[in-house]
Amino acid sequence: MIDLDFLQYDFMRNALAAGLAASVLCGVIGIYVILNKIVFISDGIAHAAFGGIGLGYFLGYDPLAFGIVSAVLTALGIGMVSSRARVSEDTAIGVFMATGMALGIMLLTLSQGYARDLYGYLFGNILAVTRSDALLISALTLIILLLVYLLYKELLLLSFDPIYAEAIGLPVKSLRLLLLAMVAFSVVILIKIVGIIMVIALLTIPGAIIRRHVMGLPAIMAGSVILGAIFVTVGLIISYEMDVPSGATIILIAAAAFFLSTLLSR
Amino acid sequence: MSEKIVSIKGLWIYRAGNPVLEDINLQLEKGDFLGLIGPNGGGKSTLLKAMLGLIKPDRGSVSLFGMSPAAARSRVGYMPQKTIFDRSFPINALDVVLMGRYSRRGLMHRYTSQDRQAALKALESVGMEDRAMREIGALSGGEQQRVFVARSLVSDPELLLLDEPTTGVDSAQQTEFYDLLCHLNRDLSIAIVLVSHDITAISKYVSKIACLNQRLYYHDSKELSNEDIEKAYGCPVEMIAHGMPHRVLREHDRS
Repeated sequence: MIDLDFLQYDFMRNALAAGLAASVLCGVIGIYVILNKIVFISDGIAHAAFGGIGLGYFLGYDPLAFGIVSAVLTALGIGMVSSRARVSEDTAIGVFMATGMALGIMLLTLSQGYARDLYGYLFGNILAVTRSDALLISALTLIILLLVYLLYKELLLLSFDPIYAEAIGLPVKSLRLLLLAMVAFSVVILIKIVGIIMVIALLTIPGAIIRRHVMGLPAIMAGSVILGAIFVTVGLIISYEMDVPSGATIILIAAAAFFLSTLLSR
Repeated sequence: MSEKIVSIKGLWIYRAGNPVLEDINLQLEKGDFLGLIGPNGGGKSTLLKAMLGLIKPDRGSVSLFGMSPAAARSRVGYMPQKTIFDRSFPINALDVVLMGRYSRRGLMHRYTSQDRQAALKALESVGMEDRAMREIGALSGGEQQRVFVARSLVSDPELLLLDEPTTGVDSAQQTEFYDLLCHLNRDLSIAIVLVSHDITAISKYVSKIACLNQRLYYHDSKELSNEDIEKAYGCPVEMIAHGMPHRVLREHDRS
């Protein structure tokens, strides 16, 4: 029997709120990441965001806000570079990724008390989510949900058949940049929960599991949200009860579910 | 009176400083069925893109229904060269066809029940109504192709642009497919531009043939001289016509 009295702590309530909002993001954005085959780009954005987080830290401002700005700039940068087709996309991502990480480590090291926070950003610490973090995360989640609702048919067209989409007048380039920007927002939010290194797992695992069992995009999104919420909540509780790192716990649960579902669906 | 559906005058398009299309002139009217042939890299897809308004002319003009190609989009159906998509993409045939209604609805507007009706009707016109709810990846190559034709038809176009639509489809399904196009052309009087590299396959079905290799060899008919083809392909007719040099384009001509 699990004791629910941990909910009396503010930090646990913040963690749970942030975790549930993150699950919604994972479910909705994660499936677009899978279908558009931008898993590597998304991972690159997460790593590049670290540069912004380091800068925010160094200057004494909100690292999360700085992380979001740098992630969005990176997303747009990658989008622009790749649409010009001069530099191949994965080369661009590789450059952004390493530069962001190097900047982040450098700036955090130059700031005080970096060791604990460096660890937190790399591997996530959902228990360190503050009330203002939780509010920011919830607000961003609402904005992204609204965008996906308004542009559902456009995003579907873009994901399914961009060549046709362009031919019938869909603003494909702008939409792709918007999708990358939404991925950037989601990724930074997830950094708080599971850390830079493991972001991509939480973004893609729920969708990857659900799409094998459910038909239709709306159903896949709903299923991914529920699955993500289960991973985050169970991970959070185990991490609290056993005093183990939250990010790693959540990812291990997600990974276990992924391998189990792969085995069962054979 | 026949209406000018396509009017291309003195069109030049350059890529990286070299002309891809040189002085193209082409007029199509209601009910025309044009086969556009030519060697690979001859500019067939570029010409289609110019007609879709995706590439701006460097010189000359392209107009559809007397409008700019971008403005005429809702009256044009398009089927790209072999649609490349993830076979496990979670979408059914009906939702694929609905995509063709985008040009009617526009940004941020939801599809209506009218759109769904139109999508079902389009699936019916290609004989796929009983597959409407099937996942696209679960359909055969020929069935998928029919769904993509339905998608290009769902906006009730007056002009269909088809870019090598039979790539990757076996020959029995190809014949069926061309019969379907003939039906659309004759019974619904939709003008069609069919891009193909296979003269022999399409010459039986189309009413006019043009040959494109930078320049367009076209005489507003199904006739092309051997010289035209030699110029366009840069090799004798026998090479492309499998030993029937003088008859290949004329044998089905009934006019």
